[in-house]
Amino acid sequence: MSFRHKHILGTEQLSKEDIELILDTAESLREINSREIKKVPTLRGKTIVNLFYEASTRTRTSFEIAGKRLSADTINMTASTSSVTKGETLEDTAKNIQAMKPDIIVMRHSASGAPHYLAERIHCSVINAGDGAHEHPSQALLDLLTIRQHKGRLEGLTVAIVGDITHSRVARSDLYAMTKMGMKVRLCGPGTMMPPGIERLGAEVFTDMDDAVRDADVVMMLRIQLERQGKTLLPTLREYARLYGLNPARLALAKPDAIVMHPGPLNRGVEISSYVADGKQSVILDQVENGVAIRMALLYLVAGGEASES
Amino acid sequence: MASNETVILDSAGIGRALTRIAHEILERNKGTAGLVLIGIRSGGDHLARILGERIAQIEGEKIPLGTIDITMYRDDLGSRGSLPLGKTEIPFPLDGRKVVLVDDVLFTGRTIRAAMDALVDIGRPKNIQLATLIDRGHRELPIRADYVGRNVPTSREEKILVEFAGDNNPVEVRLVKP
Repeated sequence: MSFRHKHILGTEQLSKEDIELILDTAESLREINSREIKKVPTLRGKTIVNLFYEASTRTRTSFEIAGKRLSADTINMTASTSSVTKGETLEDTAKNIQAMKPDIIVMRHSASGAPHYLAERIHCSVINAGDGAHEHPSQALLDLLTIRQHKGRLEGLTVAIVGDITHSRVARSDLYAMTKMGMKVRLCGPGTMMPPGIERLGAEVFTDMDDAVRDADVVMMLRIQLERQGKTLLPTLREYARLYGLNPARLALAKPDAIVMHPGPLNRGVEISSYVADGKQSVILDQVENGVAIRMALLYLVAGGEASES
Repeated sequence: MASNETVILDSAGIGRALTRIAHEILERNKGTAGLVLIGIRSGGDHLARILGERIAQIEGEKIPLGTIDITMYRDDLGSRGSLPLGKTEIPFPLDGRKVVLVDDVLFTGRTIRAAMDALVDIGRPKNIQLATLIDRGHRELPIRADYVGRNVPTSREEKILVEFAGDNNPVEVRLVKP
């Protein structure tokens, strides 16, 4: 089976077969990351622009390392150091980058749909590295790879995703991807952080965290964005930590072999206690490791897919 | 079997060719010291396993066996699109080893070029030798095999099919005319 997508804009557009191909490709590529020479010549001569309009360390570094391990030339542009601060529109930035003939643009933007807008106006491939509260496909895919690595399967597993669902692009991408793979998704958070109607996308909604976590195979905690919504959507952090924080007692309600995930960065003592984050059931650093393999797979598949379309 | 196909080797013939190659490998390398077998996916990995078994029968010693996927080293990503990847599994250091690369069919030599690039990225072998079940000619690179099961003169348009059974043992080799 070959990969037919020129862009990776979200997990919503991917089929079950697409997702399986991406995970299998990443699985094969993971071996390269443990070699002494962590580089293969596959994307030699390709140019990848990381266009980041929003702060990011993990995702940008991960995409940059992924590109470099495939021998592509990766260039980072961040909003604070680019002409965006001089008032250039997204369309003009796109045209200018287009004129420099990149092969792949990896984009993060605070506005939902910005990568889609770019993809319609530019000839090269666009990979969404997070757009507003919409999607973050590479994160969802690395989550799936990590779950499959630890559980040996995806189908039939129960995942509890806890936190600010409304503002989480990770939750949305995970929900699309996980339901396609036959997993049961439970979403849990305070009412102020739960988008109305989300159950129509196939999720079960909980407001009591104990119920959400009970007998789950995977517990995924989301970061409370202290710098943004945190201030208005919840009364105090202490109350949030008490009601929606993952501590050892709550984790004990899940299956004994349940794994704990978090997309990072962690707010220790808020949504997750240090005891759990550093505990035996935590696979948070495996997620980061798998992130590089997933991004290598996406770059590889998109680079080849583009050629097969032309 | 269609009328445009000819069987070049049956399973017994393949078995004899591999037995001879196993003897030749041992003779040239004066035993198994430092020797490793690496099969190229997919096809070469199955043959490498059988060669390993033959060598163990002859010398009474098992030699390390690895597999390599060369998709990431191909020079035709742009024209063929992304191909599915297999796993590279070489669970031993290559430094200072005598590596015998194993492939089923040697044709243009481009696969072997890619495999050698992949090997030197993983380690620094003492030397690399090449064993192939079929050499069908039409080289595009200065590459030759050290051990050959059968030389088969072909035209470019013809195809060579090496068929494997469900248990990954070779069944036969067929020449398919266009």
